[in-house]
Amino acid sequence: MTQQLSGMILADVDFYIKGLFKYNLFGQELWFTTTHVGLIIVTIVLLVLMIVGHHKIVRAKPEDKPKGLQNVLEMAVSAVDNMVAGIMGEKGRGFRNWICAVAMFILFCNISGLFGLRPPTADYGVTLPLGLITFALIQINGLRAKKIHHITSLFQPSPILFPINLIGEIAVPLSLSLRLFGNIMSGTILMGLLYGLLPAALKVGIPAVIHVYCDIFSGAIQTYVFCMLTMVYINDKISD
Amino acid sequence: MGITSEALVLACSAIGAGLAMIAGLGPGIGQGIAAGHAAAAVGRNPGAKSSITSTMLLGQAVAETTGLYGFAVAIILLFANPLIGKL
Repeated sequence: MTQQLSGMILADVDFYIKGLFKYNLFGQELWFTTTHVGLIIVTIVLLVLMIVGHHKIVRAKPEDKPKGLQNVLEMAVSAVDNMVAGIMGEKGRGFRNWICAVAMFILFCNISGLFGLRPPTADYGVTLPLGLITFALIQINGLRAKKIHHITSLFQPSPILFPINLIGEIAVPLSLSLRLFGNIMSGTILMGLLYGLLPAALKVGIPAVIHVYCDIFSGAIQTYVFCMLTMVYINDKISD
Repeated sequence: MGITSEALVLACSAIGAGLAMIAGLGPGIGQGIAAGHAAAAVGRNPGAKSSITSTMLLGQAVAETTGLYGFAVAIILLFANPLIGKL
């Protein structure tokens, strides 16, 4: 009886990564999963948005009032510009492109749960590369800005602290990726449990409240935090 | 009726996942303290509301990390149990 009941409830709960079909590559068996579908859709949407926006902005006359998509894009770009300028100052101008790109990608991934997709960022295979790219950016820019002092700073203030400093460096991509993954995954699980437990008649309307928190609010906050921490860590290395 | 070793591992994993989520206690208290101090700061200096809010959100997100480590442990115990393979 209890087994039947729990089986009934669990059968409706839907937050797993599902494999759609498998293929072989270099002798490895790989799966095309719902994460890939979400990533491809997000990438296509972003590409279309950017191409349309580029055309609009190239053809816009400077004396006209901006409107529609151009307005939205200008607001987003100036918001990211101000954020980067506020944290990193003049030195950080080169990082605007990366920050804006990663912000739009993560934001669109996070809110794709609203449109019935499984958010791609609820897969650790997506967030870990993002964290590793940030790690590479931190280390490369640290080496370029401080040369050998970047390495010797690991032995400050005392050589005994070298292991702790090393762990502190390695924990950066881990905590960045786990933070994004954990927040979006917990939202996805909550939504899956709620949709599984509610009777069909109540599935309209009530989950919208949780969608607002888990997808929009949490997604936007995590996007902001990821970009902010990336900038803070890089600025820590390139400033004197 | 005997309990199979697999069932025992699954049951203990479920209890362990529940215990791991106690890690949510610390971030909850910490985020509450941060939000309280931010509210006090806004009360003293309402002009700096936006920068106080962004600082508070950043600090809260960093404080949340330990809770998310507990969450990751719980998820691993429930959905990707490494102990079952050891039987």
